[in-house]
Amino acid sequence: MSDEANKGLLSPLRRKLLMGMAAVPAITMLPRGSFAQAPATSAVNTTGLAVTDTEVTVGILHSATGTMAISETGSIQAEKLAIEQINAAGGVLGRKIKFIQEDGASDWPTFAEKAKKLLVNDKVAAIMGCWTSASRKAVLPVVEQYNGMLYYPTFYEGLEQSKNVIYTGQEATQQILAGLNWIAKEKGAKSFFFIGSDYIWPRTSNKIARKHVENVLKGKVVGEEYYALGSTQFNSVINKIKLTKPDVIFTDVVGGSNVAFYKQLKAAGIDLSKQALLTISVTEDEIDGIGGENIAGAYACMKYFQSLDNANNKAFVSAFKKMWGEKTVIGDVTQAAYLGPWLWKLTVEKAGSFDVDKIATASTGVEFKGAPEGYVRIHENHHLWSKTRVGRAKLDGQFELIYETADLVEPDPFPKGYQ
Amino acid sequence: MFGDYSIGDLGSIFVMQGFAGLILFSVYVLMALGLAIIFGQMGVINMAHGEFMILGAYVTWMTSNLFQAYLPSLFSGYFFLAMILAFFASGALGMLVEWVLIRHLYKRPLDTLLATWGLSLMLQQAYRSVFGAREVGVELPQWMLGSLRVTDSIEVPINGVFVMCLTVLITIAVAYVLYMSRWGRQVRAVVQNRIMAGAVGINTEKVDRYTFGLGCGIAGVAGSAFTMIGSTGPTSGQLYIVDTFLVVVFGGAASLLGTIASAFSISQTQSTLEFFMSGSMAKVLTLLAVVGILMLRPQGLFALKVRK
Repeated sequence: MSDEANKGLLSPLRRKLLMGMAAVPAITMLPRGSFAQAPATSAVNTTGLAVTDTEVTVGILHSATGTMAISETGSIQAEKLAIEQINAAGGVLGRKIKFIQEDGASDWPTFAEKAKKLLVNDKVAAIMGCWTSASRKAVLPVVEQYNGMLYYPTFYEGLEQSKNVIYTGQEATQQILAGLNWIAKEKGAKSFFFIGSDYIWPRTSNKIARKHVENVLKGKVVGEEYYALGSTQFNSVINKIKLTKPDVIFTDVVGGSNVAFYKQLKAAGIDLSKQALLTISVTEDEIDGIGGENIAGAYACMKYFQSLDNANNKAFVSAFKKMWGEKTVIGDVTQAAYLGPWLWKLTVEKAGSFDVDKIATASTGVEFKGAPEGYVRIHENHHLWSKTRVGRAKLDGQFELIYETADLVEPDPFPKGYQ
Repeated sequence: MFGDYSIGDLGSIFVMQGFAGLILFSVYVLMALGLAIIFGQMGVINMAHGEFMILGAYVTWMTSNLFQAYLPSLFSGYFFLAMILAFFASGALGMLVEWVLIRHLYKRPLDTLLATWGLSLMLQQAYRSVFGAREVGVELPQWMLGSLRVTDSIEVPINGVFVMCLTVLITIAVAYVLYMSRWGRQVRAVVQNRIMAGAVGINTEKVDRYTFGLGCGIAGVAGSAFTMIGSTGPTSGQLYIVDTFLVVVFGGAASLLGTIASAFSISQTQSTLEFFMSGSMAKVLTLLAVVGILMLRPQGLFALKVRK
């Protein structure tokens, strides 16, 4: 192996060589990395954000306490990992990212309060945060009023678009339609039974799904049921499912109810290897609580599974486990949260500025080739072009990829004909 | 809605639905028993009841992990040991809480509401710090999964049968302890007249502590059993607290029989309504009915006769 090759690979050796030879021509051939000249702060920050010559501050705003901590912990972990990796690769415009973490405490007014604190007191350049739609709706007027930038990770019901928000998860049509098409074609499904938790996301999602089933797939919805958040008794609805014998059970039950639902489904003798069940609310994170044996055989419609077989994802999974422990699992939203800091970095570099107005404009068309889910791109409506995938739950709590759309699916937060 | 189905289909669905109602009934009784003792006998409004249940669930989870790691051959029986451990863990915590917190508040029953609510927040955060914010999956032995096939079309969930048997056993045990044993007489004596009970030589402090411990211990067993049907996470206890209070208050606070009757009527109403309308609508109607009846009869279904 030649000396030239070693220089690029081993930094201690590189340093020795440098000291030993003081070889001027060699220096010009070194990778630039952190030697990159950072542009002047006055040029990249004209609105008084927390940007210095060496650092830029962003906010992380999730629930580390309260009910939602179950779900949001993964997002916090993913965002911290992304920030660490970006810093290791030289930061953003030559500046290290520093983060301030605030706790939304599963309480929506607290989210708004903390968002205001991050934007007004800390002058953060961007916020990675929120999880539930309720928390996003609480934070939205704040980021719009104080002109902040929010990177929102969760798949959600759509019907929203803002200059100040980048939605790194799927909106409803991206998540639902391809999955329904697939199951209708693959299983010849004609009759669907919908069951969800009773709040805006399941109701909007099911509305879209119903229109699609009735108008496009020419199928029939034989039941549509909602249970209050936190319900733990599903025996009655399971009997209804047994009575109506639908081809597909389509579920968007969330939280603790999710666990109860699958446990009782299994106990009632419904065998998911025979009865098709398509969920849009169960990721690897939820299976941890549900137990693989209770849900094995169910289909989930997501854009990301931990088991995706590509080089980006393998590197991501191993880095994640190295940082947060061998046993942690990575669900769809966790991956979407990981995209936030990266998309922000890429946008800042494209805009050549930390100014929020410039970032908002520059976002359209930003591509992230290193995304664990594969290539993604920001649409002009500030959602992501991404693939829809169907996975099948296995006993070990992982999903086996069954189907993915050939192309990226266009985000359509205000779908015509579905409202 | 039933036009398309055969008589046989409908028959078996109604049987299964009746059974679903019975399971719901046992679940309600099981979760309310501990509270009925604490609230009914001692007048303490224990808002942390759900957290005592979840302690039982976590104990079950740890026991299951231990058995998987060290005694895999005995795994199929671990659940019984787990329930006993859950009883003692929650009971011990309950006695500690009584000693540190509750005994100072017997003269201020409304303040117990605030104090135990604070306690529930502290316990939730403690679980989150110790066991992590994510839910844990409790693995059950194979024989507890699935359903019993009674006929070709009637299937009964095994965990439901298990909860029913457990509820019957615990109810009988509690009834025996409260109404037949010497200690139960002491408890009732203290409830009726603390000063006189003390005067005749009953150690009222000790009685209080054990009563509270017993209530919490039963909550622990309930939590352990509910790992079969629900989730185990730091805030899962909150899922049960509303229904629990509903059952106890509706039944009439000081009466064990009232708790059972109230659990029965609420569960049957809810499960029947759930079958004919959507889940959240059924809940609304059930709650409306309970509110209506409580307006007419504020003391609950069954109440001790008191001089007015």
